[in-house]
This record gives sequence, structure tokens and C-alpha cells, in this order.
Amino acid sequence: MVDQIDHSRRRLLTVATVGTGAIGVAFAAAPFLASWQPSARAKALGAPSEVDASKLEPGQMVVVPWRGQPIYVVRRTKDILDHLNDHNDLLADPNSEDSLQPAYIKASGPVRARLPEYWVGLGVCTHLGCAPSGAFKRRGEFQIAGVDLGKDWPGGYYCPCHGSKYDASGRVFKNVPAPKNLTIPPYAIGKDLHIVIGVDDVSQKS
Amino acid sequence: MSASSDSSGNEPGRGLLGWIDQRFPLSRLWKEQLAEYYAPKNFNFWYYFGSLALLVLVNQIVTGIFLTMSYKPSAAEAFASVQYIMTDVKWGWLIRYMHTTGASAFFIIVYLHMFRGLMYGSARKPRELIWIFGCLIFVLLMAEAFMGYVLPWGNMSFWGAQVITSLFGSLPVIGAGLVQWIRGDYVIADATVNRFFALHVAALPLALIFLVVAHVMALHEVGSNNPDGIEIKKHKGADGHPLDGIPFHPYYTVKDLVGVAGFLLLFCGVIFFEPTFGGFFLERANFTPANPLLTPPDITPVWYFTPFYAMLRAVPSFAGTQVWGVLTMGAAIVILFFVPWLDRSPVKSIRYKGPIYKIMLTLFVLAFITLGDVGMHHPAGIYPLLARVGTAVYFAFFLLMPWYTKIDRVKPVPERVTGHV
Repeated sequence: MVDQIDHSRRRLLTVATVGTGAIGVAFAAAPFLASWQPSARAKALGAPSEVDASKLEPGQMVVVPWRGQPIYVVRRTKDILDHLNDHNDLLADPNSEDSLQPAYIKASGPVRARLPEYWVGLGVCTHLGCAPSGAFKRRGEFQIAGVDLGKDWPGGYYCPCHGSKYDASGRVFKNVPAPKNLTIPPYAIGKDLHIVIGVDDVSQKS
Repeated sequence: MSASSDSSGNEPGRGLLGWIDQRFPLSRLWKEQLAEYYAPKNFNFWYYFGSLALLVLVNQIVTGIFLTMSYKPSAAEAFASVQYIMTDVKWGWLIRYMHTTGASAFFIIVYLHMFRGLMYGSARKPRELIWIFGCLIFVLLMAEAFMGYVLPWGNMSFWGAQVITSLFGSLPVIGAGLVQWIRGDYVIADATVNRFFALHVAALPLALIFLVVAHVMALHEVGSNNPDGIEIKKHKGADGHPLDGIPFHPYYTVKDLVGVAGFLLLFCGVIFFEPTFGGFFLERANFTPANPLLTPPDITPVWYFTPFYAMLRAVPSFAGTQVWGVLTMGAAIVILFFVPWLDRSPVKSIRYKGPIYKIMLTLFVLAFITLGDVGMHHPAGIYPLLARVGTAVYFAFFLLMPWYTKIDRVKPVPERVTGHV
């Protein structure tokens, strides 16, 4: 009653079954894996943030949240802006080759901003994530309690956790724990200095 | 690499498999449990339900884990979190429907699986322990389903939990304290849903998995029964394997795939076209949030509990207490454990039993289905009578079994299995 085994037919059937089963498993797995993507609610909460920068005084910083992180918006003084190119020897990456930033920011050179007078950046130290403190007076003294930034201080940021320093464009100093310049998020500036953070173009906001 | 043979005297394999086999009995397990587990060759349609139950268990665990990623187990957030899963989480609606449909599918499969056992005498010696593990699985499954139903915190979740936990209050002396202890509060509350979450997601699944492993191990220790109720190990060939046996792999792995395909067809049909199944799988009252001040007009348990619920309500209050109904319902489940010793027939399978068993089993099935319908309706009109008749038939099937199986006619049992040979 047991005929000769047809091995090639058996192989064909096995391959066909296993192949179909594998496709089935892939289709079945897809929704589960996809369910880990941000939900509609998460996406809504991650929507662009908006800032009205028209009321900022020179040297003033305002912090707004975007996707759970602090965004620094600073109206830089003329004194700082005029001397942005004077301290490249202090910086680890003066041309922001190794930074996280939109293309239009890289293209803007040392100012690292769409409008030079208003700097927008992620207030998260690239070392271990603390929020750096703003120290915007060039050659200012003891701007941050107990810390002497030195008479060559060009103005910028100081991270109190481990002492990393950044200039007023968020470019990291040499010989500090932080490895990279401060990250710049995508942003756009609309009418009357209305800044939208999280999109490249004001028309894109939700 | 050393070439010493393994504990069963076989030459070790080469490569990665050989390396593993010297440290873990992988090939041995594959052989003993699958490739050389000889099962009777006359398995029929009724033998699909064990592997299907395993498939649905895996489904419940996997979809359950993914639901746990978005569900919030507090009275304040649970209901909204289920809505979030249904509308905001990518494919959340599908994962949720797979879980609820799977729960009902689990009970359909388990009831049919148990019915197979009653037909073919699968609980008889030497398989009593398989049956007992199975009954334990059934009890835990009911607890698991009950707690799972509370988690969405709909109005039926709340009131169903309120009613079922109140049952324990009918126990004398310890009743009131027990109910409060179970709930963690004076009424079903945040504490209740949170602890039910822990039990439903962690404790009971672990226990169920252990029991399922024990169930299969006990089965493999003795060998499977079959529709003829014959012990195939009585007639072995020269190679030591039962003459009427075939290796589980590839014959039954492949055959069970067909069963899986048929099941998935129905399963997916429900999920994609009728996930609430007319209000049976997802009840209407549960689409509104829990309201401690407003009981739904129709409180009935989910369909798979209604037969037992009908028995609970069938027994009237007596001597000032409702406990008799509770005890009856409990007894209806406990009596299942005794089936291996209730059946005194000289033959195992219904195929060789006389007319009495066939009639009694038919009546049992009709009673169970009727009780299920009764449990879904208000106890008015003809239903109370049907409940009592159904309960009586249910218990008569078991309690009279030692007698009617003894006096029943039997047919001669063949030595070798029948069917496509």
C-alpha cells in the first residue's frame, strides 16, 4: 500500500506550504510591530510648538517645550553677534560638520540660525542631557554662581552638570565632556517673529 | 569535539545541533514529543481541538501582551485607554478584536475538546490525570476570562464583577469578609481592577501555561486515546512502535495545519466582519463606562458562563440563604473532575457503547445548550422550569453514570483501529 515516495513532489509541497506559512506569519506580525509606532495621540502631542519672539529683549531667553524637551529661543545682542567668528580656536566643531541640524542651519554658517538675531536650539547638553544655563554677556563676570567662565568668555551656554561650554550659537568648546554642538530642531519664522518649532515651513504647522 | 554518545546511546549530531544536544536534550525532545511520538492513525475531526486550543492560548498571550502596552489598569483610565487602543494606537482595533474573539473562540474550542473526551472515554484509566489537569485548566480559564472581562471597566464589567464577587458573600460565617477581601474595597473599585489586571496578565497565564505543559506531558506519558477507545500500544510491530500508530510529525503536524486553516477562516471572518458577534462576544452594555449607580437592565454573564449561571439561579433560596445555588454551580464544575471514576462501562468509546449512553450524552448536550439559553434570559415565563429541568439532566448525566454505564449494552471492541486503514 505504501508506494514509492515521490521526493520531488514532497519537496515541492513542503516548500510551498512553508513559503505560504512564512508569508502568513509576516502579514500577521506586521500589525503588532506597527502598533509600536507613535499613536495618533502621541503624534498630536508631538505637534509643533509656537513662540512669539517679538517681545524678547536683547539678551533675553525664553524656553518652550517641544516633544517633551526644552527649546531655547534667544534674542542675541549685537555685541555677541559681531564677535561670533573670533573664537574658533576655542571650539571643537566651529563649522558644525558633526552637528544635528537642518540643512538650512548648516548653510547659515557661524550664526546657526534662520535669523541671526534670534537663535533657536535644543536646550539639551550633548553630553548627558542636562539643560545648560544661558550666559549671554561676553567677557561677563560670574554670570553663573560660583563659576568663573574667564575673561575670554565669548557669551553662550554653560552646563552645570559636568561643566560643558557652548558659544552663543550652541557650538561646543574643546576639552569639555560634551562631544557635539547643541542640536537645532527644524523651525520656521513667520510674520511678526512668530516662530514655529517642529516644521521647516510655517504652512506645515498642523 | 568529543564523540561520546548521549544519554540514550545515540551518536551525537554534528555542528551547532550536536553542540546543543550535548548540553540540552533538543533533538531528544523533538524525537520523543513529535517525530517519534506515535499517535493513533484514526484521529478524526474531534481531534483538532487540542492543537487549536494551544493556538488560541498563544493568540491570547501575544495579543494580550500588546494590549498591556497601551491599557491603563485603573478605574479612572481603563475605559478611556481601551478607546485609545481602538482609535489611536496603530492596528490597536485589530489586536483588541483578536483578543476578544479569541476569548470566545477559546471556550468554543475547549467545550468541543471536552465533549470529545466524553465521547471517546479519554478520561478513563490510565488517562485520569490528563483529564484532571484539563479540568483545572478549565477552572482557571473561567477565572481568567472573568477577570479579563472586568478590565475594560464598562458597565457590564463593573456589574458582572459586582454580582459574581457577591456570590462569595453567601458562604456562611466567612462570606462578608471574604467578598471585601476579594474586592479590596467595599464595592468593586479601583483596587479590584488593578489586582484583577495583575492576576489576568501575570499570575493566571503562568499557571495556565504550567498546567497545559503538565496536561501534554501526562498525555505523552500514556499515549493518546482514539475514537475506537482501543489501546494501540497493545499491538506493537517489530520496531517497537504501535502497529496502529503513526508519528505525530509529519502526519498530525500537517493535518493540524488544515485544522488551523479552517479555524483561521472562521476566526478572521468574525474579527473582520462581525467582531461583536451580535453582542455575544462584545456585549452592548460594555460600551458605556462603569456606573456604580446604574445597573444595566440585562445583567447576564458572557455566553460561555450562561449554562452555569442558569444552574446558579435554578436553585431557590432555602433556610434563609442563597448558598444552595452557589453550591450547585460549584458542584457542576467539581463533578467534572470525577468523570474518570463515574464511567463504569467495560468499553471506552461511544462507538461500542449501547443506546443508554448515547441518549444520556445527547440529553446532556441539549441540557447544556438549553441552560446556556436560559442563562441569557430573565428568569421569567418558561425559563425557571427549563433551568431546573436542565440542571437535573446535567447532574443526572454524571451522578447516574456509574449505574447506566454498567447496565448498558456494549458491542464487541475490535483489536485494531477502524476507519481508513
